[in-house]
Amino acid sequence: MNAQNVDAPSAYFLAEVSNEVETHTLSLLVDNEPGVLARVIGLFSGRGYNIDSLTVSETEHEKHLSRITIVTTGTPMIIQQIRHQLDRLVPVHRVTDLTVRALRANQDKPLERELALVKVAGTGEKRLEALRLGDAFRATVIDATTEHFVFEITGRTSKIEQFIAIMKPLGLVEVSRTGVAAVQRGPEGL
Amino acid sequence: MTREMTGAEMVIQALKDQGVDTIFGYPGGAVLPIYDEIIQQEGLEHILVRHEQGAGHAAEGYARSTGKPGVALVTSGPGATNMVTALTDAMLDSIPLVCISGQVPTHLIGNDAFQECDTVGITRPCTKHNWLVRDVDDLARVLHEAFYVATSGRPGPVVVDIPKDVQFATGTYQGPTPNPAAVHKSYRPQVKGDAVSIRAAVELMAAARKPVLYTGGGVVNSGPQACQLLRELVSLTGFPITSTLMGLGAYPASGENWLGMLGMHGTYEANMTMHDCDVMVCIGARFDDRITGRTDAFSPNSRKIHIDIDPSSINKTVNVDLPIIGDVGHVLEDMVRIWRASAVKRDETALKDWWTQIDGWRARNSLAYKPNSDVIMPQYAIQRLYELTRHRKTFISTEVGQHQMWAAQFYGFEEPNHWLTSGGLGTMGYGLPAAIGAQVAHRDALCVDIAGDASILMNIQEMSTAVQFGLPVKVFILNNQYMGMVRQWQQLLHGNRLSHSYTDSLPDFVKLAEAYGGVGFRVEKPGDLDGAIEEMIAVDKPVLMDCRVANLTNCFPMIPSGKAHNEMLLPDEANDEAVANAISAEGKSLV
Repeated sequence: MNAQNVDAPSAYFLAEVSNEVETHTLSLLVDNEPGVLARVIGLFSGRGYNIDSLTVSETEHEKHLSRITIVTTGTPMIIQQIRHQLDRLVPVHRVTDLTVRALRANQDKPLERELALVKVAGTGEKRLEALRLGDAFRATVIDATTEHFVFEITGRTSKIEQFIAIMKPLGLVEVSRTGVAAVQRGPEGL
Repeated sequence: MTREMTGAEMVIQALKDQGVDTIFGYPGGAVLPIYDEIIQQEGLEHILVRHEQGAGHAAEGYARSTGKPGVALVTSGPGATNMVTALTDAMLDSIPLVCISGQVPTHLIGNDAFQECDTVGITRPCTKHNWLVRDVDDLARVLHEAFYVATSGRPGPVVVDIPKDVQFATGTYQGPTPNPAAVHKSYRPQVKGDAVSIRAAVELMAAARKPVLYTGGGVVNSGPQACQLLRELVSLTGFPITSTLMGLGAYPASGENWLGMLGMHGTYEANMTMHDCDVMVCIGARFDDRITGRTDAFSPNSRKIHIDIDPSSINKTVNVDLPIIGDVGHVLEDMVRIWRASAVKRDETALKDWWTQIDGWRARNSLAYKPNSDVIMPQYAIQRLYELTRHRKTFISTEVGQHQMWAAQFYGFEEPNHWLTSGGLGTMGYGLPAAIGAQVAHRDALCVDIAGDASILMNIQEMSTAVQFGLPVKVFILNNQYMGMVRQWQQLLHGNRLSHSYTDSLPDFVKLAEAYGGVGFRVEKPGDLDGAIEEMIAVDKPVLMDCRVANLTNCFPMIPSGKAHNEMLLPDEANDEAVANAISAEGKSLV
């Protein structure tokens, strides 16, 4: 409920109502205090919103501020509701819809990356193929025996998905993913 | 001011520094240090309730009738969980409420200790914000912040959970910050409306041919000044005005432009005006489902202006054309000023035609009922209560159900803050403690809880509180021996199969009143009603008035679930068949 987060004033700002479901990436700056994540998650579950991905970590230690990145889906009306509902939470300093920001700047999407650790086990040709593909995807081997590799791969969600799909027939054992971290392109911050 | 004191002392000091004069509470193990301070001080009156839910609703009644925050004090575990209904009620109706709860000592938190519960976890979704204070040096700051959050922006309930060891610990007390809005790190509600939007709103309103003002509880919350400005706006513009249940009294019911309440049990003229208008100005209301009916058929041809302090209220259920974020009082001030300054040229003929059409709807007399000389009609009972109390300083609270709607329809409210009802949550059991809260704040006023025979039993124990503190609240029970609204819905939805909506074995309310140390009356004949009401008013004690009313009367007019504003069921059309077929298959799943 912060003044700076209210939409720029324009009479009749809602020209048309779309019911198409869209995916948006929201960035929240919050006080890093006990319960803040529970407030955010509780809001999503309580009001029936979707969370596709959520990441959180303290980003400004001296101010005790954390940044939460949420990827969510909904109609434009729902996305607007999510933004305003999040903004209503007392420890939330700022909510930014990075997807909207990117669209306003004529960009396709905000910068989004996630990291995955992918464990693949196998021997012989499959093992070599996994290594070759890991190379092609610029994945790094961070652990290995003669029977397995653990790849560290960074990229957009689609790239990670693709890599995991390819590794499946080559002996995929398990995957751990961080979820999406995102910033706006260009020199400005939030 | 800073000085050393214990956590328990800080609680008392902070309350006093915040201007609190009354708290409603119930002691228990985890708040004993605070209670030990309460007994050793003066200036802060503690009202001992009989159930924590009663403390919450009493604090709400106090808050709603004074415009100040209500304060409740409860113990850990069951004390806190009993508060949950009242907190949720205050959340949905935007009532400023500060609840202080005791908690088990910090080293026991998480151990399933005796009377432990995760209070901040449980109350997180039903408060505006809550805090668990683990360090006594944070306590004073948190308490002051709690008052700021509860009362500013869109008001609401907050909880401060204080472990027992923190109450005993000694720390540094700090007084309230002079300007909390300027220093809070993250919470800064927008108060002033955007001037460009307000100007655009005035233009839109000036060009309207069929305008309506649709107002809500936000006007009352904004304060007496906002209500005054609303009245000014109505007289300047000549627009018709309707209000939600929560907003009654902001504009006087005797006012010329008053259409009556709108919504599910609103008047025909209010709902038809909403449906057919071309410009709707929503002021401090939130397009609740009781108001809109079917949203896809809601006021289809209007441009909508929405003034609200909470951005999340905008476009939540109904898309608006022109949102104005800000406090109603501030926005109305600008709006009235701009309207005055700009030479508004209205289409007077159109406005006159609009009023002619509205008068046509009015002539439908949608609140009509068949008078009866043998049994008391519930509507008649409210009308008589209104006539016999209207010249006094009267606060009316209600429980939830048919009696609540009849009270809203037939009791005319002239001033804000005199109508206390549970709108959003629909809490049966709200009325008696709310009346107690209002009576504590207004000792010389007449505080009447208009109740139903079922609702009143949900917090009847508070009669004991009223007797103990000499609070002469009057409980006016419309006794039809049914959960009337439940029965009405069973008639509408479930083929008149009245599953568990008849109360067998009701208590003898006269004896019950006497058992508590109050006074009981029973009235059964319309001819005795006036005398009984006058007697009730004259008694300087808590009263239970058992007013026996026609058992099977239903509450009309009504917009059946899933229907639009122009599909109302009117009293003269509501025969058995119409009632049985009023709701379509889709509407049945709605509430």
